[in-house]
Parts: sequence; C-alpha cells; structure tokens
Amino acid sequence: MIEMKGIKKAFNRNVVLNNVEFTLLDGEIHALMGENGAGKSTMMKILAGIYSRDEGDVLVDGQSYTFTSAKDAESLGIHVIHQELNILPHLSVAENLFLGKEKTIGRTGFLRTREMNKEAQTLLAKLGLHIDVRQPAGSLSVGKQQLIEIAKAINSEAKYIVMDEPTAALTDREIETLFDTIRELKAKGLSFVYISHRMEEIFAICDRITILRDGEYVGVREISKTSFDEIVKMMVGRELGERYPSRDAKIGEVALEVKGLTCPAVCKDINFQIRKGEILAFAGLMGAGRTEVAQAIFGNLKKSKGDIFIHGEKVTIKSPIQAMKYGIGFVTEDRKTEGLVLDFSIKENMFLTNLKSIAKGSFIQAQQEQLQATKYIEQLNIRCSDATQSVGSLSGGNQQKVVIAKWLSTKPDILILDEPTRGVDIGAKKEIYSIMNKLAEEGVAILMISSELPEVLGMADRVIVMHEGRQTAILDNVDLTQETIMNYATGGEEVVKN
Amino acid sequence: MLKTSSKEMLGKLGPLLGLFLIVIVITILNPSFMTTDNILNILRQVSISALIAFGMTFVILTGGIDLSVGSTLALTGAVAATMLASGIDPVLTILAALLLGAILGAVNGIIIAKGKVAPFIATLATMTIYRGLTLVYTDGRPVSDLGNEITFQMLGKGYFFGIPVPVCTMILAFIVLYVIMHKTTFGRRVYAVGGNEAASKLSGINVDRVKIAVYSLTGMLAALSALILTSRLNSAQPTAGTSYELDAIAAVVLGGTSLTGGKGWIFGTLVGALIIGVLNNGLNLIGVSSFFQQVVKGIVILIAVLIDRKKTA
Repeated sequence: MIEMKGIKKAFNRNVVLNNVEFTLLDGEIHALMGENGAGKSTMMKILAGIYSRDEGDVLVDGQSYTFTSAKDAESLGIHVIHQELNILPHLSVAENLFLGKEKTIGRTGFLRTREMNKEAQTLLAKLGLHIDVRQPAGSLSVGKQQLIEIAKAINSEAKYIVMDEPTAALTDREIETLFDTIRELKAKGLSFVYISHRMEEIFAICDRITILRDGEYVGVREISKTSFDEIVKMMVGRELGERYPSRDAKIGEVALEVKGLTCPAVCKDINFQIRKGEILAFAGLMGAGRTEVAQAIFGNLKKSKGDIFIHGEKVTIKSPIQAMKYGIGFVTEDRKTEGLVLDFSIKENMFLTNLKSIAKGSFIQAQQEQLQATKYIEQLNIRCSDATQSVGSLSGGNQQKVVIAKWLSTKPDILILDEPTRGVDIGAKKEIYSIMNKLAEEGVAILMISSELPEVLGMADRVIVMHEGRQTAILDNVDLTQETIMNYATGGEEVVKN
Repeated sequence: MLKTSSKEMLGKLGPLLGLFLIVIVITILNPSFMTTDNILNILRQVSISALIAFGMTFVILTGGIDLSVGSTLALTGAVAATMLASGIDPVLTILAALLLGAILGAVNGIIIAKGKVAPFIATLATMTIYRGLTLVYTDGRPVSDLGNEITFQMLGKGYFFGIPVPVCTMILAFIVLYVIMHKTTFGRRVYAVGGNEAASKLSGINVDRVKIAVYSLTGMLAALSALILTSRLNSAQPTAGTSYELDAIAAVVLGGTSLTGGKGWIFGTLVGALIIGVLNNGLNLIGVSSFFQQVVKGIVILIAVLIDRKKTA
C-alpha cells in the first residue's frame, strides 16, 4: 500500500501542490483526475522519485521513504509508464525489456542473448502477446509498445504501476487488450494509478478515483458510488467572481471563416467563423488538436484539406509570413520555445514581427525602437527596469505581455491567442483579459485557445469544443456551464441543454 | 547592440585582455616583436583568415557552421587566377570571383535551409566537393603567370598610406559587417534565427532566406580572401585554404561567440583572429618549434573556452 500524506510542492514561489492526499491500496486501480495544471503529474513525479517533496510524507506499506531518484522508487516496486513511451525503437523487443538489467556471463559484459530472448518470450506470452522478441520494438504498434512497457515494469518486479494517459494513441481494440492485461495483473495483486481525461475509461476500469484541483486535494470516491456529474463538478467547481472584466464590443462582419480544415492525424473537418469584435474560445483537453488548428490557420502546419476565408475572400496561407500579410497574429502556446528569443531584450523581441516599423530602409532606428517599445511597456503595464532588459529575466506574466506586444505592433485584424494566461499570476491574468477586451472593442477578431474553463466562460462570446481532433460542439456562451463543456471535451454523453 | 552591465562588458572585453596579455609576454621574451614592420606583417597575415572568420561569425550566430570555406577559397582563387592568366580584366575577374564565392555559399545555404540538412554535414560534403572541383579544374597544378596588372597586384601587395592593402580591406570589411550585424534589420534577423528559430519563423521572419544569405556572405568573404592570397603569392594553389575553416572557427570561439547561436559579436572575432595571428608569429620569434606551436595554440583555445564556460555557468 502507498500513502501520500500532506504533500506540498512549490517551484520557486509557485505552489503547485498543497496538502495533497493519495492512497493506493494493494490490488486496486486508482484513477487520478483533474484539469490540466491541477498537479497530477507533479504528484506522480514525487511518487516516482523524480521530484522531491517540500512537505508531507510518502509511506510504502506503512514505512516512510524519501526517494532521491527514480531508481529508489523502482527498488520499492514503483514504476511509471509515461505518456511518451520509453521504448528504444531500434533495439529488439527483448533488448528493450532487459534494458539496464541485462543478463551477462559473470561480470564480463558478454550478453546471454538467447536466455534473455527466451525469458522475454515467456513473459510476453503471459501478457497475451505472441510476437517475435527479436524484432525491433519500433516496428510494433503503439498498443503493443504499451504492453511492452508493462512487461518491462513486471520484469523489474513492479508492484505499483503508474500509467499516464496510456490510451491516448490506442485504437479501441488495443484499449480492450490493455484493459484485460491490467485486470489480470490486478487479480494478481498489482496496483495501478490510472491518469486519464477519458471519463468512460475510468468508469470501465477503475475502483476508486482521487480528484485534484489547482494543486489541492478535492476528494476520493468509490467509482461504483459516484457519477460522471459529481466528478466533473469536483474537477471544475470554483466561483467565477470578478476575475473577468466586462467588455462592450460591437460584433461586426465575419473576419475569418474556416471550412473543413483537416490536418493528418491531428484535426478533422473543423468549421467556424469569427466576427470582428468577437472572442471565440476553443475549449478541450490537452492534445485535442486545438493548437494544431491554430497552427494550420497560421500556416505553420500543413493542412491536407479545407479552406480559409479572410473578410469573405478565399486565401492561401502556407507560411506565417503569408498569414501575417492577411492580418493574422499568433500568440503561441509556449512563449519560451515559440514566442520569445530569451537572450534578446524586451525591445528586440517586440519588433521581430515588424522590423519595418522601427527601420528606415534596412537600418534600425535605435531611437524609434526605444520610443515605440516604451510606449508598449506603458500601454501593457510591463513591469521591467526599461526596454533594454533581457526578457529571460522577466516574470511569466510580463513575458507574455511582451509576446502580445509583438503582435500588437503588427496591428492585426485577427489575433489567435493560445493559452494566453498559462503560467501567469492572477493580477497579470486580469490585465491580459483587459487587453483582449480592448482589442475586441477596437474590432479585432479574437480566437482564444484555453484549457481553463472559467477563463473560457468568463471571456468568450462563443465556444468551440474539441475532442480528439474533432469539433464536438459550437456553443453560445449563454447559461453555459463548465459541466456542459467538459462533457463535450471528454467525449461523454450529450447532455440536454438547459 | 545590447545594453550591457559592467560585468557583461568585462566578459566581452575578456578576449581583448587575453590578446594584450599574450602581446606583453611575447614582447618581453623577444622585443623585436614590437616593431612596426612585424605588426604590419602580422596584420597582413591575419587579414586573410579574419575575413573568413567574419563570415563564419554570421553563420555561427544563426546556429550553423561552414566547413567549406577553405575549399571555396581554393576554387575561387583558381578560377580568378586562370581568368587573369588568360588576360581578362582584373576588375571583372575580382567581381566574378566574388560572385562565384557567393554562389558556392548559397549552395550551402540552400542545402541547409531547403534540404534541412545539418550544417556540419552539408558543408562537410561541399568542402570535399569544392576541393575536388578545384583539383579537377587545375588538374592538381598551381596556376601562375598572372601577369602584372597593377589593380590585382595591389590587392595583396600594395600599400595605402603605409598600411598594407589587405589590412585596409580587412578593416573596411570589419566596419561594413559590424554595421550590418548591429544596425540593420538583417543583422537583427541573424541573431533572432540563432536565438530561437521557431520563434523567428512564427514571427514572420523568412528563416530560409536569412540562412542562405549568411552562407552566401561567407562564401563571398572566402573569395575575397582568395583574391588577396592569390595576389600575394602571384599564383593559386589547388591545396590553398586547407584547414582554414578550423582557424576561422577558432577565431570566432576565441572571440566569445556561442557555437549554439544567437550570442556573439564580430569585434570578438577580430580579436580572436588577432590572437591566433600573434601566436603564430610570436611563437616563431621566441623560438618555439613549429610542432610545439600547434600544442600551444590548442591550449590557448581550450583555456579561452573554459574561462567562457565559467563565466556563463
């Protein structure tokens, strides 16, 4: 049995887990659920010895442990299977199974290949996998690779297996096989922590569920004694309050229309319109394909089908440069990898999108640059010493404002904001909302991708919900509830509209 | 370009301090180092490698590398030499050689940007190809009898107000390139691409065009070096420029430019090239054997990089 008690974890001064409880009994399958950023991964990383805890206790069979590495945790039988599988595609199945635990002739380093192959074959057969263990692991389907990960865990005598979104890339049939395997192992006394956003799976396979929200422990329920509705409420239940400033924007004609947008393997048949002055939100879970839709519109991701119309005119957009010509701006999801040049100063970042605005011919006008940058710093209330400060040293919220300034300098008609307030503190969040409102009032059409449901409800005029690459609903934000959105986002049963 | 704190400034001036230190030590060991003739001699030698290193700085700032510069030098030098030998106008020859250099560089850039080949691999291949083409073109023999056209002779052997023309060329190139790097939109894009390629692309910067441009520029500067070298030697050797890419990379690194791109400046490269030039000359003067010189040069590069690591850590 594993007990985690009063777990607290902070990165810098940002508390991500606060007094969280979690108990995993022997021979149970325990779901861990919560919105993105609720702290599930951090929690499991603490259990796996990847992160250290600031406060609290981890007990295995009643004895307290402090893990300093993943090896420590593994020696007690705790094994994590990450969403990105840890399979080396060019090594054989057997070599993968014995990675780091190779059987050798004495201490010579010579491998007992035949013996390992034989053992691997037996082990996999027990899991119902009848394949040649000498073939490269990369040639197997993702479902089979998933089973190999489980076999790896069993091979290292795991008693507790944590699975993070194990079914994200599996077909229905592979999911069935996986579930059969999990149930069989459970009958033998193994325990599983099952992290998933898919409600139906949790009801199909789990015994109990623990719910986290904003790094806090919400509660634990027996699956047989709870309901879909109760779980959703526990996950999202918080008050909106005054966090979202009101706006008075006139909604005008259609600025952007997307018809039948399809990108191989990530999104299919997306259709929508955004009008001038409107904020349209894309809701859904991580990996639902929302970012990809935005990237495809912006010409940074190749689309296989679909048309884009700007102000009613059909356009071809194959690169960000073309998208910008049509007045589209794109505040990307990850400001560090896609938004900013971290070694650059604030002003150097601000005009990367529009160097012409601060240059005469090819020459940058230093004074003009400084002046314009200072203007944006004041307008967006960016807290910094001055425009020459390096953006790498700014807080998340202020970095995000620099990214927004980058796009304001292009005077966009259509602005896409992908998770505009991720990793941003509450105060800066509200400021970013105000900037968005002001832009909408000025007639900019705004497409906001957000995984935070309160933000979606607080800001959007309309909401598109996506689930696994498909658009499952377009909803007017009138009497709309988080439950309704969550329902569409998890692919649950359609609820009756109030 | 960036406003820097005094600590950063000290870091930036580190290579310069290193240069002074080396100069002082060598002067103490052999005072004849510090004569006008010797200094001008060093500068003239440095000019050829510095021009290549200037181009390399742009390439490395974008996060790339160009191993083909030495071969580009050989090929453009050979072509220029044969043009002169067959009596073609020297000005036309110079322009043709520069154009050829730019084209050879552009080929690198296109392979790297459009073909998405790692710069190291792409230019390793073209290094071999360009060298091979030179050997084919010259049949492995030096090209000489370049005639006595004063315009071309001046390029390598002339003086301008007592300063060797190659040195003037180097200084002029330095000024122009400094301005391009730090004062123009192109320079800004070069830094941006090296600092964060994904963000640059998503900011509407034509990343491919920037890359092709820096490799072209480097090819052209290699051709300029070739012209100076050919003029000085009054012949073109098919093996000219062998391992020049390593000296150029060493100069860039000594100057404090980061091999991962996005950080660095051309002034540092000038200092780096001078350090290598001074070492080459000074070690000779103080009687270090030519075999041992290589060891010393390598150690100096290592020390410089280690100090740089400490600074950034």
